[in-house]
Amino acid sequence: MNKRIVVERLTHNYDKRCALDNINFSVASGEVFCLLGPNGSGKTTLFKILSTCISPTSGHVKILGFDLKTEKKAIRKLIGVVFQSPGLDIKLTVNENLRHQGHLYGLNGQNLNNRILEMLDRFDIADRRNDIVETLSGGLKRRVDLAKALLHKPSVLILDEPSTGLDIGVRNQLSQHLKELATQENIPILLTTHLLDEAEGCNRVGILDKGRLVAIGTPDQLKSEISGDVVIIESGECETLQNAIQDRYHVQVVAAENNLRIETANAHEFLREVVTAYPKMIKAARFGKPTLADVFIKMTGKTFD
Amino acid sequence: MLSVWLPIKTIWWREIIRFVRQRSRLLSAILQPLIFWILIGSGLSASFKPPSTSSENTSYEQAYTEYFYPGIVVLVLLFTAIFATISVVNERREGFLQNVLVAPVPRWSIVLGQTLGGITLALLQGVLLLGIAPLIGIKVGLISLLTTGGVMILIAFGLTNLGLLIAWRMDSTQGFHAIMNLILIPIWLLSGAFFPLAGVPHWLAWVMKLNPVTYGLAAFRHSLYLDSHITFDEIPTMTISIIVCSVFSLLTYAGAVLTASTQQI
Repeated sequence: MNKRIVVERLTHNYDKRCALDNINFSVASGEVFCLLGPNGSGKTTLFKILSTCISPTSGHVKILGFDLKTEKKAIRKLIGVVFQSPGLDIKLTVNENLRHQGHLYGLNGQNLNNRILEMLDRFDIADRRNDIVETLSGGLKRRVDLAKALLHKPSVLILDEPSTGLDIGVRNQLSQHLKELATQENIPILLTTHLLDEAEGCNRVGILDKGRLVAIGTPDQLKSEISGDVVIIESGECETLQNAIQDRYHVQVVAAENNLRIETANAHEFLREVVTAYPKMIKAARFGKPTLADVFIKMTGKTFD
Repeated sequence: MLSVWLPIKTIWWREIIRFVRQRSRLLSAILQPLIFWILIGSGLSASFKPPSTSSENTSYEQAYTEYFYPGIVVLVLLFTAIFATISVVNERREGFLQNVLVAPVPRWSIVLGQTLGGITLALLQGVLLLGIAPLIGIKVGLISLLTTGGVMILIAFGLTNLGLLIAWRMDSTQGFHAIMNLILIPIWLLSGAFFPLAGVPHWLAWVMKLNPVTYGLAAFRHSLYLDSHITFDEIPTMTISIIVCSVFSLLTYAGAVLTASTQQI
């Protein structure tokens, strides 16, 4: 397989605190890979390592065959990076921001002008090119940010929570755009997120929890780890009900906050039986197809937030 | 060659554009020192004992407003350096500078671009302020103008690098303000800008002699009066001042590059 980003046994500590613990994964050309995790799971640390901001404590990272420890400069020429807060100078116009970026990557003259025009066109911001960035909306700023990151035709794109501050409509557009970009340019795209719907839209997902990669696969593969449907029961007496259901039906019941969560093949029948057996202990109950949130709960034993 | 200068040029250019678009910066960097000059200059005039000077005209004696004037020009250079470097604090952790740091550009050229930006702005404002000199009786001819220009570049180089050296280490602008009040303003106060070296207590004289800004100010004072043929006996000579300023500038530049290279984003 065409692996462009390879991460092996990666560990990173801040002083004595372990932020990343033995991470292994790879990303191929043309795929959008998502690191999904709640705040503090280590995804920003992983992003910082991959974008050459910090050096890992131990382990190996290869990007396009270059070693992250010894060949940072070569890697910097080839990657496009989008930070969580837009990396734009708000006092400069869109065009000036792009020119500045181009110069940093050695682009100049007609070549740079052509690239800027291409990017303005691609992200549909040509009519705003002479606007000062601080007058743009969050969604537009993000588009300029992406245009900037792609200006030098990077062979890898790395993004840290790119949908921060964007409403759901713009988020979906962004997600669509990244997928098109990965296939059209045949480049690997790696992004971090704490949003489940954003992760659902990616080709593959790695779930991070407390610095460990607890699951990895396509959204469908991950969800197929859960047999059948997921039943969620809201109760005021979680513990009692949990024990009661476990004893009676011999199924695993995971309690998280005020919810009990059960995987079962025949959800509708199971739910009817439980509701009939313990009517007073149940506030609300539902069942449905598993989501990535269920996968997270299954892997970590806690809710995703 | 082009690939080395292109990033430096673009970083320098951004500093200039930002300055032009934030007019309040021009006002605060020039107006505040001018107000100091008028208020403090007028207030202390009566109690000021001028340092000794040698002049063809033996009756020459400096008024406090005139004595204080070179100090005010250096304060403008200092303020410009501070304003030019404070954005590093904010932009390094989030925003613009992060993108610059992951670009394939060596850190020395990032620092050099920022420094050149700071120097240009300082020189621009310094020259603007030189326009006042004739009004208070200082004759500024071509020789003075060129020499003071060169000295201002040298002082701005040192001060901007000192600002960058501090800013690259700071996590918050509050921290930068604290350092500014604790280090940057005192080194200006104790440079001979505010009161002359002669007559201060022994320990303070030593502090002033060890302060690099003392030499920047001395060089500026010497060069400002070149056309008036007035020399100052109680401050470091022009040669020593230029040497100290140059060494200080190179050391702070090296320090700023080292800090920028070792700091993680």
